[in-house]
Amino acid sequence: MASEMTSSAYISHHLTNWTFGAHPENGLGFAHTAQEAAEMGFWAIHVDTMLWSVGLGMFFIWMFRKVAKAATSDVPGSTQNFVETIIEFVEDNVSSIFHYKNALIAPLALTIFVWIFLMNTMDLVPVDWLPFLAQKIGEAFGADPHHVYMKVVPTTDINATLGMAFAVFALILYYSIKMKGVGGFLAELAFQPLGKWLLPFNLFLEIVGLLAKPVSLALRLFGNMYAGEMIFILIALLPFWAQWLLSVPWAIFHILVITLQAFIFMVLTIVYLAMAHEDH
Amino acid sequence: MNINLTIIGQIIAFAFFVVFCMKYVWPPITGALAERKKKIAEGLDAADRAQRDLELAQEKAMSDMRKSKEEAAAVIEQANKRANQIVDEAKEKAREEAARLVTAAQAEIDQEANRAKEALRAQVATLVVAGAEKILEASVDADAHAQLVEKLAAEL
Repeated sequence: MASEMTSSAYISHHLTNWTFGAHPENGLGFAHTAQEAAEMGFWAIHVDTMLWSVGLGMFFIWMFRKVAKAATSDVPGSTQNFVETIIEFVEDNVSSIFHYKNALIAPLALTIFVWIFLMNTMDLVPVDWLPFLAQKIGEAFGADPHHVYMKVVPTTDINATLGMAFAVFALILYYSIKMKGVGGFLAELAFQPLGKWLLPFNLFLEIVGLLAKPVSLALRLFGNMYAGEMIFILIALLPFWAQWLLSVPWAIFHILVITLQAFIFMVLTIVYLAMAHEDH
Repeated sequence: MNINLTIIGQIIAFAFFVVFCMKYVWPPITGALAERKKKIAEGLDAADRAQRDLELAQEKAMSDMRKSKEEAAAVIEQANKRANQIVDEAKEKAREEAARLVTAAQAEIDQEANRAKEALRAQVATLVVAGAEKILEASVDADAHAQLVEKLAAEL
């Protein structure tokens, strides 16, 4: 790839999503350049992010549903064993952090962990394979290959991570109000940590703290995956015979990162929701 | 880095996956896990019980064996005692029999001797009378002298 265009063009091509939306001049359609994608504003959708994330999510529920349907308390098969290991791992984490009765938390944690893990794992597919394939397919449909964008790691798209974080944030607000009532929740924001005489300061502190939860969730995952992807792209600019020297160690290290990031997102979600249930 | 509708799409997809997972994935699998946990606990319990039963049975077998050994020893001892007793009794009986036989024999001997004596005495009397007849050449009235002869014979 790198030989066909400049390094910066190669990088920016790799960092541009396949965007569909309403362009102010060209109307509804796919964005041909990164600039066009930016001009579409909010009313555009990243088709590649949606495709890969929904596809991987479907793979997750297909695999787990298959096991769930055939779940037996007798000797489990290898797939059931694998799925059970993950479920027990998640259940252990939930029960050690979250001490309230809530049927949503454990499945939520499982979905977060497995889905994010799968999306992160796309990072380990060599950076050029799927975009190259997409370009060939796009070419077959008569598109200019330079204008076919395919970003395969959904978690390197801030929209994906923010979407999940906002969903978690909505749950935090919902359970805070459900468990403490509107008054109780507002009182928690207003009278902590410094008592009622410093109410405005408390309010400022608590609201910042509250908003920091989803933002930190989203940005931590996005930042880690984006940086990792970026380094893979930079390694891909090296001569082909030298790439493995760096990409292999980085990929091995990345196995740890993708698992850890999925785990952190899950654990923080559980912690935040446990805090939402906590009555002071 | 454009923030756009994708964010809403992600929220919808996320919500769908979570709800699906909560309804159709989590309950069956955790149910199977709980059931297996129960089964394993029951299996371990049964194994424990069987182990305890085995120990009890072994103990019982040991005590049964000990008891029957004791019983056998008692029977043997009793039998020995009885055998000794029988032998003793037999000895005693034999001794008594021997004594009785000896006494009877003695009595018979005495009787024979007495009879012989009597016979001898009678013959002696006859002989004496015959001798006296010869000496006197005269007939002696046996009846008249019988008393005398009797007396003589008794002195012999």
